[in-house]
Amino acid sequence: MSNFNYTLFIVLIPLAMFLLLGLQGHKFKKLSGILGTTGLGIAWILSLITAYQYFFVYGNVGGVFKPMLAYNSVWLQMTETLHIDMGILLDPISVMMLVVITTVSFMVHIYSNGYMKDEQGFARFFAFLSLFTFSMLGLVIATNIFQMYIFWELVGVSSYLLIGYYYQKPSAVSASKKAFIVTRFADLGFLIGILLLSFNTKTFDFISLTDIHGPAIACGAGASFLGLSVMTWSLIFVFMGGAGKSAMFPLHIWLPDAMEGPTPVSALIHAATMVVAGVYLVARLFPVYAISAPQGLEVVGYVGCFSSLFAAVIACTQYDIKRVLAYSTMSQIGYMMVGLGVSHYGGEEGLGFMASMFHLFTHAMFKALLFLGAGAIIHAVHTNEMTEMGGLRKYLPITHITFLIACLTIAGIPLLSAFFSKDEILTAAFHNNKLIFFVQLFVAGLTAFYMFRLYFRVFWNKEPHYHHTPHESPLTMTIPLMFLAVCSIFAGYIPFSQFVTSDSKPFESVMEMGIAIPSVVVGLFGILIAFVMYKKETTLPDRISTGFSFFYKWAFHKFYFDELYLFVTKKIIFRFISRPVAWFDRHIVDGTMNGISAVTNYVSFQIRGFQSGQLQQYAYVFVSGLVGLALVILYAFVK
Amino acid sequence: MILFYLIAILLGGAFLSWMAGRLSAALPRIISLVALTADLILIVAFVLQLDTLNNKWLVDLNADWIPKFGISFHLALDGLSLLMLILTFFLGIISIIISWKEIKVRVGFFHFNLLLILAGIIGVFLSLDLFLFYFFWELMLVPMYFLIGIWGHEKRIAASFKFFLYTQASGLLMFIAILALYFVHGRSTGVYTFDYMQLLGTQMGYTTELLIMLGFLAAFLVKLPVVPLHNWLPDAHSEAPTAGSLILAALLLKTGAYGLLRFVVPLFPSASVSFAPIGMLLGVVGILYGAKLAFAQTDLKRLVAYTSVSHMGFVILGVFSFNEIAYQGVVMQMIAHAISTGALFILAGQLYERTHTRDLNKMGGLWETAPVMGAVGLIFAMASLGLPGLGNFIAELLILLGAFKANVFMSCLASVGLIAATIYSLRIVQKIFLGKKITDWKFNDLTIREKIVSASLVIIIVWLGIFPRTVLNTAKPALQKTLEVQKENNNDNNKTESILDLRFKN
Repeated sequence: MSNFNYTLFIVLIPLAMFLLLGLQGHKFKKLSGILGTTGLGIAWILSLITAYQYFFVYGNVGGVFKPMLAYNSVWLQMTETLHIDMGILLDPISVMMLVVITTVSFMVHIYSNGYMKDEQGFARFFAFLSLFTFSMLGLVIATNIFQMYIFWELVGVSSYLLIGYYYQKPSAVSASKKAFIVTRFADLGFLIGILLLSFNTKTFDFISLTDIHGPAIACGAGASFLGLSVMTWSLIFVFMGGAGKSAMFPLHIWLPDAMEGPTPVSALIHAATMVVAGVYLVARLFPVYAISAPQGLEVVGYVGCFSSLFAAVIACTQYDIKRVLAYSTMSQIGYMMVGLGVSHYGGEEGLGFMASMFHLFTHAMFKALLFLGAGAIIHAVHTNEMTEMGGLRKYLPITHITFLIACLTIAGIPLLSAFFSKDEILTAAFHNNKLIFFVQLFVAGLTAFYMFRLYFRVFWNKEPHYHHTPHESPLTMTIPLMFLAVCSIFAGYIPFSQFVTSDSKPFESVMEMGIAIPSVVVGLFGILIAFVMYKKETTLPDRISTGFSFFYKWAFHKFYFDELYLFVTKKIIFRFISRPVAWFDRHIVDGTMNGISAVTNYVSFQIRGFQSGQLQQYAYVFVSGLVGLALVILYAFVK
Repeated sequence: MILFYLIAILLGGAFLSWMAGRLSAALPRIISLVALTADLILIVAFVLQLDTLNNKWLVDLNADWIPKFGISFHLALDGLSLLMLILTFFLGIISIIISWKEIKVRVGFFHFNLLLILAGIIGVFLSLDLFLFYFFWELMLVPMYFLIGIWGHEKRIAASFKFFLYTQASGLLMFIAILALYFVHGRSTGVYTFDYMQLLGTQMGYTTELLIMLGFLAAFLVKLPVVPLHNWLPDAHSEAPTAGSLILAALLLKTGAYGLLRFVVPLFPSASVSFAPIGMLLGVVGILYGAKLAFAQTDLKRLVAYTSVSHMGFVILGVFSFNEIAYQGVVMQMIAHAISTGALFILAGQLYERTHTRDLNKMGGLWETAPVMGAVGLIFAMASLGLPGLGNFIAELLILLGAFKANVFMSCLASVGLIAATIYSLRIVQKIFLGKKITDWKFNDLTIREKIVSASLVIIIVWLGIFPRTVLNTAKPALQKTLEVQKENNNDNNKTESILDLRFKN
């Protein structure tokens, strides 16, 4: 066992930065960006050291990666046996997440120094970024489900604060509110799930929860309700929380709106880290899902599958580049959920689990790259609408190349990172659920199509008249782009199955050509269609969309889900709950009380014909009532 | 004797400030501040010199008062009342400081009333004689009535009147119940006494017990308040001056919760258990109903008042869950709610001082003008919606956890309150501080005096959220004892089954 105490600093440095910049940020002005970035740089280096030490030096004990408690303390002792701890749990997935979060966060910090430099609340921005990073890190290293829930909520708040960063913009304010309320609604499921789970298993602790020989998994076949065991129900509730954070259908509606936040925030929170928290949550409890609640895992798989298809279809119709990327994120997270959903526990059966984690890792790199690239584009042309862009390859060479790399990666072009990870998810799906496999294969084609639709529209196509010539971003913004591009290319060569597996035992994964080739072909086909339709300005896209006008309209309006929710909340809940409640309060509750006082008034008036103020009447009634009641009681009890 | 001194200092301070008010306006403020600070130092010094907090009673003062009727001057301090005392003194100091500029007329009389209320409150938290308890209970009311009626806003007279009626009427019901208990106990044992310790475990028929308990409940549930007895609260809160709203929300409501824990549960062990399903239902209804009404308010103070109804619903839910986790949550909720809602009322007061309105629709985009105020408002809105890291989260979590053990269905319903809380809390922040600025108000951000107040409240709410152990360990012995007494005396369990009982059976 090694001393992993220093991992505490990975979490504490961002917290310290938040406090420093939050309280004293106005004094540092431009320096606050550098301070925040430096702090995160240190955390990043510490995470890399942790990863090295864990995977190569101390973690592997007898061929298994053992979970290690780097730090633990009892935070809240509720009863003798039940307590909530705060600590740091190191195991393959948490160490991987540490690397992902600090890497992307560090890059976003550097990038923001350039992107946000003219903004008013510069220090506030970096303070919130640090708060987010702190919460997210606290979430992944949680030793128990309650610690995770606590940081889960903090992540939600930091997301709220960052989406609403432009607080004078009404759309940003309402988007931040929407995101917070929708995810909190989902968290309600999470909380109920935790309560049910802990009630059954009598523990919050991840190590004992996921111990396959432990009591938690053994009580899977407990009491049942509506045909599913209590354990399954609790895990489905927990997944509801995960689905909310990860923007899975039908709790996805907040994610596209969240794009109102500054673009670096979208890259960090709404693409690479926070939105994968749901995937991480399921992965964290994976042994419990796989062994004692396979139906729960099926739910995960189908929800992921449907979400990824649904989002990919919408992505093909959107014009706001950030929204396209948002739907793409949702779709890719659907992939990860599918990976978990089709996986089993242990060895090669756990391929889906490994692939899902692998895809999480590669997705973080290329999606952060895409968003930061989109930020550079927006920075250059001051608009989000791709209809107002075109021909940008000449003006933004670095952005162009890095963006192209990211697009090729997400399209699953061989030898780039997502090719490997996506392929493994498809392989796992193929062996477990053919329906899901074919849907995902189709989505792979759609993905390639909508990404290259975006790429060709923005970088090729007809050049509109720009008010001032777009110019390449400063180095602070392009360095992160280049770094992430390198990661996107090479991250696929990490032998994930040697490190991150469902039972923490390394296994050899082999590529199945029978699945790899079709998926590449589908991807190329998608690119080809996009090329034909969007490389040059043609009327083809318009003709196609008119041809399928009905379906196109539905997809363009995101299948009217926002409207549906609005209808339910505004019309139904307001009309059938709020109004009656308000009426009830005004007329019945208050009315009864007023009625009582009116009657009292009347009676006392009748009795004595009081002329003076009300107080005396009431006092009179009370005193006489008191005396009367006292007499009754005296009569009843003292004989 | 320390307990007697605590009350005496406040009463003495009250009369002194009244008289000093004739000389100058500053004098009563200073006198009150000194009196409260002295009390706070006294109690803290006393606690620090104790070896352990694990005794049931940390200090017990029992003197005869009217021995002929079995009335004694019996005060005692345990972990629960200790916490409430510290809270009272601290918020008392805060309420003096926030009234420093706000109160301009009849300053002496204002501080007289304020200190009298506080004396009544700590009397309530300390009394172990039911007659004495009732005396202090009434002592809180009249000065509060004056506080709202004299220094309140436009509709203050009606509001103070409503407040007085509700609390007075329910108080009288409690008094009748106290007398009934006195006679029942006297008849069965021959000892006529109001002493709490002796009245514990009084043998009585189930119906008698239920009826007497309902008398007590009337007073406590109106104070708490519980839907449908809550209508005095929004009026009283919104019309009271800032200090009045603060004391009402932060302390007066807590006397109801305290009464439930101290008197209802141990004195009526069987009846309270059989009342539990209704109690929990009232709690859940309160949580959802209060939240629902909070959405609809445009008056900031009224909105915060309705959130109190919602948050107090958690208290009653916890009290009737009858387990230690829930009780810890109840104590935590009493304190955290006092701080967070108090802070929101203070914020409303600060805004009113600057803008002369409480109408949310007239505000907007004030973050730019007053970022510090905005940050404070944001923190307490977050506290109110139960953000981890702040005290209210621990409270509501523990209550839900405890209630879950008692009744799964109710607990799940109550947790919907968390979403409701999110919606109304975000609305507060959004309406006041975010969005486009719709007015050209120019005003100063918080002054040093206000910053000190807000900072101390922020520190406490964060402390509660991060180190809840300080509070929970202090209250633990008292809570365990309460539950023990309840279990011991609840000998006829078969009566406690009720149709409404949806308890989780494994």
